[in-house]
Amino acid sequence: MSLGNIFEIAGSGMRAEAKRMETSAGNLANAGVESGSPDDVYKAQYPIFKAVQDKANHFMNNDKPISGVEVAGIYESEEDPIQRYEPHNPLADENGLVYTPNISTVEEMANMISASRAYQVNIEMMSTAKQLIQRTLQLGEQ
Amino acid sequence: MDLDNYFGIHAKALHVREQRADQLAINLSNVDTPNYKAKDIDFKTALRQALSPTEQMVTDAPNHINAQADFSTQIKYRHPSHEAMDGNTVDKEIETAEFAHNALSYQASLSFLNSKIRTMMTALRGE
Repeated sequence: MSLGNIFEIAGSGMRAEAKRMETSAGNLANAGVESGSPDDVYKAQYPIFKAVQDKANHFMNNDKPISGVEVAGIYESEEDPIQRYEPHNPLADENGLVYTPNISTVEEMANMISASRAYQVNIEMMSTAKQLIQRTLQLGEQ
Repeated sequence: MDLDNYFGIHAKALHVREQRADQLAINLSNVDTPNYKAKDIDFKTALRQALSPTEQMVTDAPNHINAQADFSTQIKYRHPSHEAMDGNTVDKEIETAEFAHNALSYQASLSFLNSKIRTMMTALRGE
């Protein structure tokens, strides 16, 4: 049944958006972590989304088409860390500098809101599909 | 009496609506995928194709591919009203509206089928 596919599609969407929220939360939580060396600084992580379209495969094997979205990988931001002069900080290096990751909290919050909206859309699709299937099953009942 | 003919266009319409719901769901789940282009099924053409078996290729061997089985030949790219910076052309509002509209039309077809079944049941009982 084709409506059943929507559960898989919406499920893949929810998985991907949840991953996006997870990485954003991680970035926000680590935004203020200081480090004594620019190499040890936390790097912001972002998921890479990729559409799954496996219809060609499905024609050959008579399998159900697998479609939706997947997280193809996570990339780490290559922005240079912010350096601050804090000679009294116990973590400071010999020049008195401490380094913090270059993460914009505003950007991360916007990312979070966008991801949660997309998550909601997926849930609504799922519940619509559920209603339609239920009504189809009740076809012919008085 | 042929039951397929009795149920008429709505039984076929349900099938096309299902496929379309699928395609719209794929669009919506890819709302943030870079370079993803929104696609949709041309409902009118797909329904006409479903209604006329003469337009379908004959598949009489197991290794024949039934191209018309899921209307994938009717899937077309949507004309985007705007394109995001990452090349994505999914318009969340349009897709949500189309999905809701499609679901409603599906329910309408279901109601028509339901009343046909009820008519048939009344005739069978002869009350």
